[in-house]
Amino acid sequence: MQDATVSLVELSALISFGVLILALLLTFWRLFRGRDLADRVVALDLIAIILIGGIAGYTVMTDVAVLLNSASVLALIVFLGTVAFARYLERSVK
Amino acid sequence: MILNILIAILLLSGALFFLVAAIGIVRLPDLYTRMHAAAKASAFGAVLMLAATALHFRDLWTILEVVVIVVFLFITTPVATHLIGRAGYRMKVPIWKETRVDELRDALEGNVHDSLRCDEHDDPSMRHSSRSPHRDHTVHEG
Repeated sequence: MQDATVSLVELSALISFGVLILALLLTFWRLFRGRDLADRVVALDLIAIILIGGIAGYTVMTDVAVLLNSASVLALIVFLGTVAFARYLERSVK
Repeated sequence: MILNILIAILLLSGALFFLVAAIGIVRLPDLYTRMHAAAKASAFGAVLMLAATALHFRDLWTILEVVVIVVFLFITTPVATHLIGRAGYRMKVPIWKETRVDELRDALEGNVHDSLRCDEHDDPSMRHSSRSPHRDHTVHEG
């Protein structure tokens, strides 16, 4: 089957991109509406982890293994950002 | 071929876990329940999609990097969620009205003073006021 333009892995990666975009839209809705600042921080954290999953899917789809480095960098930066935000929130109480 | 099917299943199930996390963060009533949905389901979904990446490439460095990312996610996600939860509790984010157990309030206000009183007066009836066996243990040690 050389004529098949889209392989099974690419098709599943595309479908999972659709599902991830739906998840991102739902999370953005919570980011805009979230009634507290802590809700928005949780939504930002979830957005970043969804992006890590999307980078993994894109790495599989394009067959370029170097793109996985950006997933690890994103994981590092997001953890630092969340910790800094949480400490800022906790300090702003007093 | 079987490997491709396995990669496809891993990708789709990881994306479904992300969708579950997003639905949870929209539908659940409370900051704390939303954190519960967002942290656990999203970390598991990321692990599934990264495992699909490792199965697709199958060379040493990619597998090593996937293992590093997964270990890092499993270490940092609970820590970050715990910090946000504590900050939200200090900011007095409202708790859902059906929540029964609030152990942090007991630790901050109630049972700390209770254990101090137990130390001073040695009242045996006070020992049963705290729920967790760990706190009972600290009371007995004095």
